[in-house]
Amino acid sequence: MIRIEHISKRFKKLQALNDITAEFSKGQVVSLIGPNGSGKTTLIKCILGMVRPDSGKIFVDETPINGDPSYREKIGYMPQIGRYPDNMKVGHLFKMLMNIRNTNDPSTVAQDNRIDNYLIEHFELEKIFEKPMRTLSGGTSQKVSAAVAFLFDPAILILDEPTAGLDPLASEILKEKILTEKKKGKLILITSHILSDLDELTTHIFYMQEGKMQFFYNIETLQEETGELRLGKAIARIMKGEQFSNAWIDEMLINKKDEKIY
Amino acid sequence: MMKLSRYVLYDILRSKIIIAYTLFLFIVSMSMFQMEENSSKAMLSLLNIVLIVLPLISLIFTTIHYYNSYEFIELMASQPMSRTRIILSEFAGVSLSLLCAFLIGVGIPIFLFAADATGFALLFTGSALTLVFTSLAFFASVRARDKARGIGAALLLWFYFALIYDGLILLLTFNLADYPLEKIILALVSLNPIDIGRIFVVLKMDISALMGVTSALYKDFFGSGTGILFTLGIMLLWIFIPLWLAVSKFKRKDL
Repeated sequence: MIRIEHISKRFKKLQALNDITAEFSKGQVVSLIGPNGSGKTTLIKCILGMVRPDSGKIFVDETPINGDPSYREKIGYMPQIGRYPDNMKVGHLFKMLMNIRNTNDPSTVAQDNRIDNYLIEHFELEKIFEKPMRTLSGGTSQKVSAAVAFLFDPAILILDEPTAGLDPLASEILKEKILTEKKKGKLILITSHILSDLDELTTHIFYMQEGKMQFFYNIETLQEETGELRLGKAIARIMKGEQFSNAWIDEMLINKKDEKIY
Repeated sequence: MMKLSRYVLYDILRSKIIIAYTLFLFIVSMSMFQMEENSSKAMLSLLNIVLIVLPLISLIFTTIHYYNSYEFIELMASQPMSRTRIILSEFAGVSLSLLCAFLIGVGIPIFLFAADATGFALLFTGSALTLVFTSLAFFASVRARDKARGIGAALLLWFYFALIYDGLILLLTFNLADYPLEKIILALVSLNPIDIGRIFVVLKMDISALMGVTSALYKDFFGSGTGILFTLGIMLLWIFIPLWLAVSKFKRKDL
């Protein structure tokens, strides 16, 4: 569904992406992982057409990305930080997005099968429909961003750090939702630093470092090669074997211990 | 396109800054008309406020708004919407709300106390200047990635158009006073929207007769139909050229 061919991008002194080639297809849940500043978000922004790569091509459903914005109808995007106009009410945001996509008025949402309001219901966002955006906490805006990404039942979902800032309950709801969408055969791209969150979801691992793709394995291969069932340990082992800088992964493993409190 | 700008407009009209700005303009204009016996004297004071404050507020408000809605613009860019549509909707939302503030704050007092040709000339100039400086501010903020730099550039633009440019013209006229400069000055004045707005309004006032031969020449020009069309044309150029530059930059920009 998404094919990336020799993408490179340079921001002044920083080589953000360095000749990346990959193909993601239906039914995959791809975890983009790598240290901070390894180019994950830049890659996502290239797919969304927000960043223009210096060279290389990206195809979504066999159509190359150029000026035409209509391919983005197939993509639901949840940004790392969602900030919205201060005085806009939560309900208005959803209304506006539906308006932009020419779908029906939200009052008739129930009959419109293009609208997926599972997350709106389960995060209980209707209760805050009348609240202005500036009054929302960080976690609540994250919930809104998640609901926006899933709203139009898109074939491709791109989630940038989806569980960061969510409380354990909301994070579980979101994971449930991702699993449901995975079963429907959608393509899901996730970046996250919390490897334990990815464990049960992911089918493929895309590991990046300093703008380069280091490996792109499916999870079974990874488990066979490393003999580890847990994602964090498997990746740690790969990296120790291949001598990547691995300070950050140890950090992840420590975080994981903390998480068991929940 | 109106779909998005409707929500942008709705958001801005609710912000405290735009309400305070409207009130400020309203109170200032009302008190000008109340304090001065002669309404044309009040108009002159009001004109100076319009020419200095309006560009400044338009520039600063637009720049701050742009940087504050940066993440929102990013979200819009992830939707099936073209970049041109996003930036034009933002422009429409911001400029319409600033226009509303001006037309309510200054327009109502003018309708009440000075609903004549001068009054309408002032309203026209104010509206045009709001659009010109909103468009310039969009250009500055699309170009500068950093918020501080964007606001700095907007302030510099204001200093240049409101203060420095007039100083340069004065310097020129003093040094070359022996030569017939009327036409050249007219051309130079067109390069500054604030100046052309000022001349357009002042020449509609009675006091313009007191300003000598040059003013008589300008009065002939600006009083005629061509003069009005000329002013309108120059203002439109000042609105559309920066806006066009901003749009073409925004289309190629990495968000």
